[in-house]
Amino acid sequence: MGVSIANHDSSAALVQTIAEAAEKGRALQMTGSGSKAFYGRQATGDPIEVSPHCGVINYEPRELVIKVRAGTPMSQLEALLASEGQMLPFEPPHFGPNATLGGTIASGLSGPRRPYAGSARDFVLGTTLINGLGQRLRFGGEVMKNVAGYDLSRLMVGAMGTLGLLLDVSMKVLPLPEIECTLVQELSEAKAILLMNQLAGMALPLSAASYDGLKLYLRLSGSEPGVTAARSQLGGDLLEEDNAFWQKIREHQHSFFNTDKPLWRLSIAPAAPPLALPGKQLIDWGGAQRWLISDQIPAATVQQAAEAQGGHAQLFRGGDRLGVVNQPLSADLMLIHQQLKQAFDPKGILNPGRLYPEF
Amino acid sequence: MSEPSLSMDKPALIRALQRVLPERLIIHEDEALRPYECDGLSAYRQVPLLVVLPENSEQVQQVMQCCHQRGVPVVARGAATGLSGGALPLADGVLMSLAKLNKILDIDPLNRTARVQPGVRNLAISQAVEAQGLYYAPDPSSQIACTIGGNVAENSGGVHCLKYGLTVHNVLELKVVTASGELVVFGAAALDAPGYDLLALMIGSEGMLGIVVEVLVKLLPTPQRAQVLLAAFDDVSKAANAVGDVIAAGVIPAGLEMMDGMAIRAAEDFVHAGYPVDAEAMLLCELDGANDEVSAQLAKVRQQLLDSGATEVRTAKNEEERALFWKGRKSAFPAVGRISPDYYCMDGTVPRKRLAEVLLETSRLSEHFQLPVANVFHAGDGNLHPLILYDANKPGELKRAEDLGAAILELCVKVGGTITGEHGVGHEKIHQMCVQFSAAELTQFHAVKHAFDPLGLLNPGKAIPQPRRCSEYKSLGSETLTPPSARGV
Ligand SMILES: Cc1cc2nc3c(=O)[nH]c(=O)nc-3n(C[C@H](O)[C@H](O)[C@H](O)COP(=O)(O)OP(=O)(O)OC[C@H]3O[C@@H](n4cnc5c(N)ncnc54)[C@H](O)[C@@H]3O)c2cc1C
Ligand SMILES: Cc1cc2nc3c(=O)[nH]c(=O)nc-3n(C[C@H](O)[C@H](O)[C@H](O)COP(=O)(O)OP(=O)(O)OC[C@H]3O[C@@H](n4cnc5c(N)ncnc54)[C@H](O)[C@@H]3O)c2cc1C
Repeated sequence: MGVSIANHDSSAALVQTIAEAAEKGRALQMTGSGSKAFYGRQATGDPIEVSPHCGVINYEPRELVIKVRAGTPMSQLEALLASEGQMLPFEPPHFGPNATLGGTIASGLSGPRRPYAGSARDFVLGTTLINGLGQRLRFGGEVMKNVAGYDLSRLMVGAMGTLGLLLDVSMKVLPLPEIECTLVQELSEAKAILLMNQLAGMALPLSAASYDGLKLYLRLSGSEPGVTAARSQLGGDLLEEDNAFWQKIREHQHSFFNTDKPLWRLSIAPAAPPLALPGKQLIDWGGAQRWLISDQIPAATVQQAAEAQGGHAQLFRGGDRLGVVNQPLSADLMLIHQQLKQAFDPKGILNPGRLYPEF
Repeated sequence: MSEPSLSMDKPALIRALQRVLPERLIIHEDEALRPYECDGLSAYRQVPLLVVLPENSEQVQQVMQCCHQRGVPVVARGAATGLSGGALPLADGVLMSLAKLNKILDIDPLNRTARVQPGVRNLAISQAVEAQGLYYAPDPSSQIACTIGGNVAENSGGVHCLKYGLTVHNVLELKVVTASGELVVFGAAALDAPGYDLLALMIGSEGMLGIVVEVLVKLLPTPQRAQVLLAAFDDVSKAANAVGDVIAAGVIPAGLEMMDGMAIRAAEDFVHAGYPVDAEAMLLCELDGANDEVSAQLAKVRQQLLDSGATEVRTAKNEEERALFWKGRKSAFPAVGRISPDYYCMDGTVPRKRLAEVLLETSRLSEHFQLPVANVFHAGDGNLHPLILYDANKPGELKRAEDLGAAILELCVKVGGTITGEHGVGHEKIHQMCVQFSAAELTQFHAVKHAFDPLGLLNPGKAIPQPRRCSEYKSLGSETLTPPSARGV
């Protein structure tokens, strides 16, 4: 393997830190390297650094499985996979050059390929974690199918470190597509949404679909004959430098995201019609993810608009990070969340308040 | 199995249920209860206290509230095709059949979803959306009979999950009635939902965290073309290693299944699929996609299979033959059932690269316990289904079959695998959970159960053993059950 990755096991120290904090009831705030510090609510507590716990524990390309320590930088991990012609299919955004795998999985973020390939949690096969009592626990495994016990490793994805500190994660990986290309077409928003969804219902090697307010961008990925056949079926212009385009969408470096105003993420049913909300929008995930930049709009208005389309809204960046960031949960769901938090972290010391103010 | 507890006042419970359900939806007479005494693992039987058959989710809520007030345990049941005793009733508990919640509520072709009740059969979903060019991907071999509610509870897979995923990858939203009778929604019509991923947690939770009353499934476009290759081998290990070779060649087949000689011959006698009856092993490899793409992959995989030592590689001549090849595979369990009075189906998963070695060791264990084992399984996922042939009427044979099964599962854990890939732990594999998990991990599972069901009323006693019972099991010495040959692996 041509990619070298630092290898260091600091799990014993992490276990000890959490066990001591549990004893004293002292809150801890986990950081991979802080690239997603903007995201979610601000946590409170003493910092505990995961990034020194890094390295690849096991990687056998033939098995399509990789097991990696949480502090491993995403850039190195992805370079290693690419050197074997493989990838993390959920195309995770890094939001910073040092992003770690732990932070990526804890945040549960996925990129443009998500509707067609699956999400971060879809590719997680197992985890080793430290719960709020300082116990080191292993769930899931390195095999493709596993229903022994509850699926607690997938539960960690998107939990923002509030249920446990991830020590390592096993993931399913896939071969890189033989070829990719992107087709562009100018369309109205309503027509673009309709087309993205009609095409997703047809047997085509679609791997991303985005609309920037003017043009629809469709990415095709797969085998040479598959992509070629789809290209001639679809028409449209070929986008030059399409890798860079999707990289910018994924990392929020596209000019749309260049703003100091609050950025909302609306996760809704993909075929939902254009949303009449003040501000500007960019559509990704074939219609299922709508980015909204708007500075005067009340949170409740955005949330209601998302709810009406079967989804929810999230203040992704900017705005008041101590206010309402995630869509409020129903009373029954909040109770389940609090009881689950209690089940993993009875002292409430892991990233308190990072997800919701209540726990 | 547990005796009815003395505090259980059956007539009072029946009267309370009659207040929320019409008389015809409550079964409480002994003879009528018999058909509910087991699931697909019929070696374990228990007549329930009574059976309820709610017709809508409000009735499910009312039954749960009624049972919650009285501290009565409830076991959910779909079509009872489960193979781990997950739907095995309790003597002092209510068995809730979801069979009457069997409506497809909505089909949304543009969003590519179907909203269905839990008692809808797996295959019925794909049939209902066929005209729209869509289908529901997970296809357990039991798909004619099993329900989507049962699929959710077991995170069921099928022959196509190598490429298209398990139930957890193909469900968007669940409506669930909790132990106390509240209706909650996990997931959304969108691709994610706020807060913890309760949808992922619920899938595969074996009816222990809630009763599923509605499922929003994801539908996929039917591929333009699907083609299947049949490869024969004169040696089981060569076939097992060919599985990894195909995937290493960069192809993710839609399905990659393996059958050994005994399974091939049983299936051939049963459905006359044209299988190679002289072979020691056979692979079925399905490729799908655009027309040209499939042609290119067929050539690539055919060559790979020959390079890996296949004695013969055939492509299904037409759609009928493709269907027939799959029919043989999908009816392999009942086919094996015809050659033996009873069979016991195991469900371990191992890393693909260990397949050959585990199959070899399984045949050694089979000799040691003097019970034949047939293998027919999801090879691409490393998910084994050893079928242990035995005769329950011969004294000691069931026990020997169980011991052989336990030894095979412990072997799976030893090589880095798991005791269950898709059938669940249920009642059956509760002891083997002690082999796979530490006491702290089991305690964490119980804490999660407690978060949803503090009184422990949903399917109690299944899936997660008490750590205390594990130390008993271990001190009994599972070692004594495992023959020396299996220990060195
Ligand atoms: C303001 C700022 C400026 C920066 N500027 C630069 C720069 O100029 N150049 C540069 O190279 N880097 C910079 N960085 C750092 C860089 O962005 C981060 O180091 C990096 O990308 C790592 O973050 P992460 O992806 O690991 O996620 P994090 O933001 O660390 O974590 C995301 C979430 O996951 C949780 N989490 C993280 N790890 C785990 C785990 N193992 N288990 C459970 N939960 C976990 C966290 O608690 C958090 O809730 C900057 C960071 C900040 C905050
Ligand atoms: C011949 C044969 C072939 C099979 N092939 C496969 C296969 O290829 N892949 C595979 O994965 N499985 C397979 N199975 C196993 C079985 O069919 C699956 O586990 C199936 O999902 C069970 O569905 P069911 O409706 O029969 O559920 P049941 O057996 O009735 O119940 C299974 C579990 O689900 C719970 N449950 C049922 N409904 C609900 C609900 N609404 N809410 C909450 N909990 C509920 C029950 O309590 C129980 O724990 C096979 C079985 C047979 C007999």
